[in-house]
Amino acid sequence: MKGIHIRLFGILTLITLIMTACAPTAPTEAPPEPVEPTAASEDPVVEAPEEVTVTIGYTSSITGKYEVSSAAQVNGLNLWMEDINGAGGIELSDGTLVKFTSVTYDDESASERVQELYTRLATEDNADFLISPYSSGLTAAAAVISEQYGKLMITTGAASDATYKEGYTGVFQSYTPASRYLAGAVDMLQYLDPGLTKIAFVYENTKFSTSVVEAAKDYADSLGYDIVLYEGYDADTTDFGPFINKVEAAGPEAILGGGHRVDGKAFAQQLYEKGIDVKYIALLVAPPEPEFAELGDAAVGIIGPSQWEPLAEFTADSAAEAGYEFFGPVGADFTSAFESAYGSEPSYHAAGGYAAGMMLEKAIRDADSVDIDAVKSALDAMDVITFYGHIKFDTTPEAHGLQIGHSMVYIQWQKDDAGVLAKQVVWPLEGATAETIYPLH
Amino acid sequence: MIDTILSSMTDGLMLGFVYGLAAMGLTLIWGVMNVINLAHGPIIALGMFGVYLTFTQLGLNPYIALILLAVIGLLLGILIYLIAVHRVINAPHLSTLLATFSVNMIIIGVGTSLLSTTPRNIDFPLGRIDLGPVTILYTRFAAAGAALLITGLLYLFLYRTRQGKYIRAVANNRTAAELMGIPSMRILALSFGIGTMLAMVSGGLIATFFPFTILSGGGYELKSFLICVLGGLGNPIGALLGGLILGTLEGLIPMFMPTTWVPVLEFVLFVLILLIRPQGLLGGET
Repeated sequence: MKGIHIRLFGILTLITLIMTACAPTAPTEAPPEPVEPTAASEDPVVEAPEEVTVTIGYTSSITGKYEVSSAAQVNGLNLWMEDINGAGGIELSDGTLVKFTSVTYDDESASERVQELYTRLATEDNADFLISPYSSGLTAAAAVISEQYGKLMITTGAASDATYKEGYTGVFQSYTPASRYLAGAVDMLQYLDPGLTKIAFVYENTKFSTSVVEAAKDYADSLGYDIVLYEGYDADTTDFGPFINKVEAAGPEAILGGGHRVDGKAFAQQLYEKGIDVKYIALLVAPPEPEFAELGDAAVGIIGPSQWEPLAEFTADSAAEAGYEFFGPVGADFTSAFESAYGSEPSYHAAGGYAAGMMLEKAIRDADSVDIDAVKSALDAMDVITFYGHIKFDTTPEAHGLQIGHSMVYIQWQKDDAGVLAKQVVWPLEGATAETIYPLH
Repeated sequence: MIDTILSSMTDGLMLGFVYGLAAMGLTLIWGVMNVINLAHGPIIALGMFGVYLTFTQLGLNPYIALILLAVIGLLLGILIYLIAVHRVINAPHLSTLLATFSVNMIIIGVGTSLLSTTPRNIDFPLGRIDLGPVTILYTRFAAAGAALLITGLLYLFLYRTRQGKYIRAVANNRTAAELMGIPSMRILALSFGIGTMLAMVSGGLIATFFPFTILSGGGYELKSFLICVLGGLGNPIGALLGGLILGTLEGLIPMFMPTTWVPVLEFVLFVLILLIRPQGLLGGET
């Protein structure tokens, strides 16, 4: 009997140990010793410490549907952190060196986990600054918590405008907002074919896609286009056959909209297979992703908005010409550093992650402090060009933190002379690397 | 309008055959051993990746790869049964639900880690044929044909072979079957293997025309539940009929109302069937 008890105790202990080891809420990196953010001007009598370690808190989607985009975003952020720490940190005017560390959890691509974990980051981990999770939906959930605990959060991978119209004062957006995501695609269409009138807008029923397409539809309406179809589809849709039949029956000359990676790819593939006779197709999110090329001929001619492309060139010279300060590395340096660190070309999600870190770095430099209020003021005043593009935030109470400087580039999949599929930047014209294939058929 | 309806109905019907095949795997396991297999969706996704990897890495024709996939599916199912299900087969339903849910989580976890959630697709177009207003994609036609062929083979197996009769006997009354000398454990393992095989093959067929990720099986699992209830639990022919009905509805509903109403109406149908004819359209039998 005693032996059974001992064995039972042993088994229970083992199970407890295994469960402790596998606990999902354990941070993937141990937080450093809590360090109070120090403002150089706070107390002139006390000598400033030589080194301050600032903790950045964020969640990423290690599991669930946002895993790939989130991983790219985190890789970008980590690369920035390695770069800045590797360069010795940020030196403030009083000689203090600011270095960075992070605390992160898996949010499982679920908003309820995001709220729980950002509360933990703000209260238990004492993160000094926050970076958003990936996606507009998860970021909306995180922003509430960030604001509630008086934190400062830079968002990336989150384009929906709504989050920045809630009256928050400490949430700053790095992506071009959803309301301007497809505006360039409408402008390009107008440039390519002023005689075209009929557009179908189709969209995945999610917060992000709906807000993008609604804004694009209003813009197209204002330009006098005839909107022959405006309809959403379920987020899990895989069979677009009947939906495409309905689109075809409406007789559009151009199709704009889409949603995310899986549905966008399926929609493009099935549009091609059905041989839909339209002149122009622009879809969200999926086309800029490298795996879109797996569609083969179905990818040719498809246009997609991208927050950033390796082909895009923003340099100190181009910034000076436009009358702006240039900050950070140039695109080629970021791309090669990312490729050597992760073995693949950076997507715009990765660039967004790096840019989010860089915005925080720039704000700390400008504020000459890590005090939250000083950094917020520096972000409010920021008007700078980086490899990622122009960065400037709305400072009005109605849309505080909304990104108003950055704009999209538009890519199109084209075949080169050897028949190999490659992305080309086709809009804006000043950044174009190839002429647009138009019309499609 | 008639042209569009005809075209959409054909699309839906073609897909319905594959839905039916996916549901057949679930209904067989459900009918024979009274186990709701919550790993059904991830197994469908494994079938998709099976075809994808053999096509992209080995250059194997996707339809030939299905034969290889069927064998792997059968063995995988037997393995899952022996490791995760057999020990709890006589325990309350919650135990088998938890056991198969655990398998689900393992496949999703390992799959996400190894294969990521990047959407994949197989660039193997077979072209299309235009019959008046109706456009038929050969990939869907081939999938429908394969689903019909497999249904026929399953029917012959269940009704014309000794092992098939054993399966039906165990489904009917396991204790009585054991008293007649039927090795129930072997038959249950075989049934789970066949159910898994059908799920993997249906996943392989779906992969020939839709992009997918390791998470894509979830939607088909949900449809399979609906189809099982619609056609009758444990009835493979009912599953095929249920699949065709569901496919047709998915084809026709978007013609008359916004596409977002499709899942709403499907699950209204689910509740109605449970209320009015809980045994399904063809009744539950194997």
